[in-house]
Amino acid sequence: MTKGLPAWGAAAIVVVTLALAWWLIPAAHKDDVHFADLVPADAFPSTYKPWPSKPTLIRGATVLTGTDREIANGDVLMQDGKIKAVGRNLSAPAGAVVVDGKGKFVTPGVIDIHSHLGVYPSPSNEATSDGNEATKPTTPEVRAENSVWPQDPGFTRALAGGVTTLEILPGSANLIGGRSVVLKNVWSRTTQGMKFPGAPYDLKMACGENPKRVYGDKGGPQTWMGDVAGYRAAFAKAEAYRQAWIKAGKNAAKTQDRDLGMETLALVLEKKIPVQMHCYRADQMATMIDVMKEFGFKIAAFHHASEAYKLADELKKNDICAVMWADWWGFKMEAYDGIPENIAMVDHAGACASIHSDDAYGIQRLNQEVAKAMASGRRMGITITRAHAVAWMTRNPAKALGILDKTGTLESGKMADVVVWNRDPFSVYAQAEKVFVDGALLYDRDNPQLSPRADFELGQEDNGHTGGAGQ
Amino acid sequence: MKKIAAALLLTCAPAFAQPHLPVSGSVNGTLIRHGHVYTVGAAGTLNDADVLIQNGKIAQVGANLPIPPETKIIDAHGKPVTPGLMVSWTQLGVLEIDLVAETNDTTPNQAVDSAAFDVADAINPNSTLIPVARIRGVTRSLTAPEDCGNVFCGTAAVIHLGQGPDLIVKNRAGVLVSLEPTGGQGQKNSRPDLWAKFRETLDDAREYWAQRGGYHRPGGSRDQRSARIDLDALGPVVQGKEPLIVHVEREATIRQVLKYAGDNKLKLVIVGSGETWRVAKELAAAHVPVIIDNNLNLPGSFSDLGATLKAAARLDAAGVTIAFQPQADAPSHYARTVTQIAGNAVANGMKWDRALAAITRNPAEIWGIADSYGTLEPGKDADVVIWDGDPLDVTSAPTAVFIKGESIPMVSRQTVLRDRYRDLKKAPALGYR
Repeated sequence: MTKGLPAWGAAAIVVVTLALAWWLIPAAHKDDVHFADLVPADAFPSTYKPWPSKPTLIRGATVLTGTDREIANGDVLMQDGKIKAVGRNLSAPAGAVVVDGKGKFVTPGVIDIHSHLGVYPSPSNEATSDGNEATKPTTPEVRAENSVWPQDPGFTRALAGGVTTLEILPGSANLIGGRSVVLKNVWSRTTQGMKFPGAPYDLKMACGENPKRVYGDKGGPQTWMGDVAGYRAAFAKAEAYRQAWIKAGKNAAKTQDRDLGMETLALVLEKKIPVQMHCYRADQMATMIDVMKEFGFKIAAFHHASEAYKLADELKKNDICAVMWADWWGFKMEAYDGIPENIAMVDHAGACASIHSDDAYGIQRLNQEVAKAMASGRRMGITITRAHAVAWMTRNPAKALGILDKTGTLESGKMADVVVWNRDPFSVYAQAEKVFVDGALLYDRDNPQLSPRADFELGQEDNGHTGGAGQ
Repeated sequence: MKKIAAALLLTCAPAFAQPHLPVSGSVNGTLIRHGHVYTVGAAGTLNDADVLIQNGKIAQVGANLPIPPETKIIDAHGKPVTPGLMVSWTQLGVLEIDLVAETNDTTPNQAVDSAAFDVADAINPNSTLIPVARIRGVTRSLTAPEDCGNVFCGTAAVIHLGQGPDLIVKNRAGVLVSLEPTGGQGQKNSRPDLWAKFRETLDDAREYWAQRGGYHRPGGSRDQRSARIDLDALGPVVQGKEPLIVHVEREATIRQVLKYAGDNKLKLVIVGSGETWRVAKELAAAHVPVIIDNNLNLPGSFSDLGATLKAAARLDAAGVTIAFQPQADAPSHYARTVTQIAGNAVANGMKWDRALAAITRNPAEIWGIADSYGTLEPGKDADVVIWDGDPLDVTSAPTAVFIKGESIPMVSRQTVLRDRYRDLKKAPALGYR
């Protein structure tokens, strides 16, 4: 481009550039300093390391890639923990394990974006109930990862259902419930050892009835308008906190008082931590979209979202996913309008639709939940291929978690999180036969040795040998 | 959008156009032709068979039935035809929204034992849960109180899910007892507490019933702890005529209940998923049936450490009569998922036709209505479902449902909501749809 440029031209460019730079400097300076750069490093870094794996070729299966593609008689090659290739007639590298995929289906590892495994584990009792810091309505300072009990047997059952990644959220008692954590579904002595490397944190917030029920007679909020005032007050305060740190500049960590809750909210305001928002009703989602715009944070997804089908156009416009059940409804007033076509209708409107479990049993059968949602959509006349529907439990939750560049589809270079099903996964009779996490075979239905067991289940009557993932 | 519009015409308009007239009243009956008919009775499964419905009953089942005059004909095109399904231990009819107290009539709201608490006093045929369940093939329910955590929880009834006003098929279908401290947080009763109360109340009931005439005479007296109405309700139970429905999970407690019921000649039904399979042999020998949500495979408490997906298959193989409960934590709103529970039992080793029996014939036998419901056999109430695929698979749904011969409109509050919002481009006029 500079070729043949006259000297005066170059000089003019320099002058204009300098002028522009001078004009832009105050704004640039302000934008240069981010709160996120001032806070200390993560206190609980991931220590997860992929398990040792062998190069593995799954050959001749029906492959649902998660990218709307179905490959009949397809192959998936995993190497060094990554997806190496997906296609037909791939050749196995020397020493590779070859899995005969004839009659089998292959999908990306299932992702549950809404789980309380570990924080509300089995068995359920006072000692293990660690999911809600229900002492005050706003607790952005707490983190689900500090409550997770990695010995929850639920993790093993979920693995047998093909779940390779899951987000553990605080409960919904609070307006602002705390940070969530994204985990790889691997057996580990520590929560840090399960922590999905590079996955962003999310902030759990809750609309509607739950905070009202918990705090209505404990000083409030007592109403939905009280809920909304609560979110806004918290973010207004956090914005002032953020500005104070930015003003203090690079020594802020030394000169400013540290407030763990405000720190989390300030990171939310800078979109470093997206919000996962428990919200059932369409009108309440619309209100939260306005609150989001007022303060400039990002709602990644509305969770439960029983009425997302009423607001799918707005969700699409604002790039917010809806995270839904297939057919839950009616257990409380705000869930009364839940319908089984919800997921299909949201998807059909062009918005991002995802399944979730919120349940230690449902998480084991998310493929069946997707199947129900798909069938309900088809019955109302929407064309939905299984190649498309599989994204509701893989690609779309990965998108809402901000980890779609790492997992969620079968594409070369991604983590080799892969499930081999014994048949079409959208059948009640389907079972996950082999589950790979980062290319390592961590569950094999045909091999009892490859079935992780939680400490809790060891030595219990009859469960020493029957317990674990396949129970 | 075009696809949706076309589908609206295909799938919804006819449903709305159907008058709520009972078909069997306006014409001479209905003949379902060319079905793959699972009779769940002695005739087994019939390929390409017909089912004739007349006067609310099944008149005939077989191949190439003659067509009586003025009979409505439905061609099933080889699709599955089954009896209407029955779910056990739900709160259908006494619950609209769990957390809206005035719609929740599921639990005795008092500290004392309450065998007299009777769901039949509160069945609401206009509950929106009923159409939601029946358009997915559920036509009968054992509606019972929820586990109240306090021994005697109340009296159950069998209802049908057809159009009202009277849904009750059988009053006094059993008294529910909770003998497992599975109440989770705040649980105060220990097992011996529960057992002491259990024994004392039944002792009282026996003594009371032995001299009931005397107690009711003017000037008569009694010194039982329980209220008279509770002791009245327990009469048929202590006489072994009406089932005692006991919720238990732990193996040891199940054995104890089994012994008590045997010693006292009670008619026992066990509800529990956890460790019932460990007592399968004894339950079979005592002819005690089990109601189970087979998907509960986690140690949810220290009472059900043995929970497994294999439970239904093991119980069935041992000869125990089982019936499925849909999603134990919310069986009423999710009554329609009982097929998914059955399907998963099949995926985990149960035979398919046994699983279908566990949501039709078995509950009919357990709850004492097998003379009128549970199989597709002449003389029984015409609870009949035509399916678009394998009834136990999650992608299948009914295309037609009959309850006591009446054709059910395939409409629920959920289908109406769906149709209001199916095209958001029509906002803001949606409020007039």
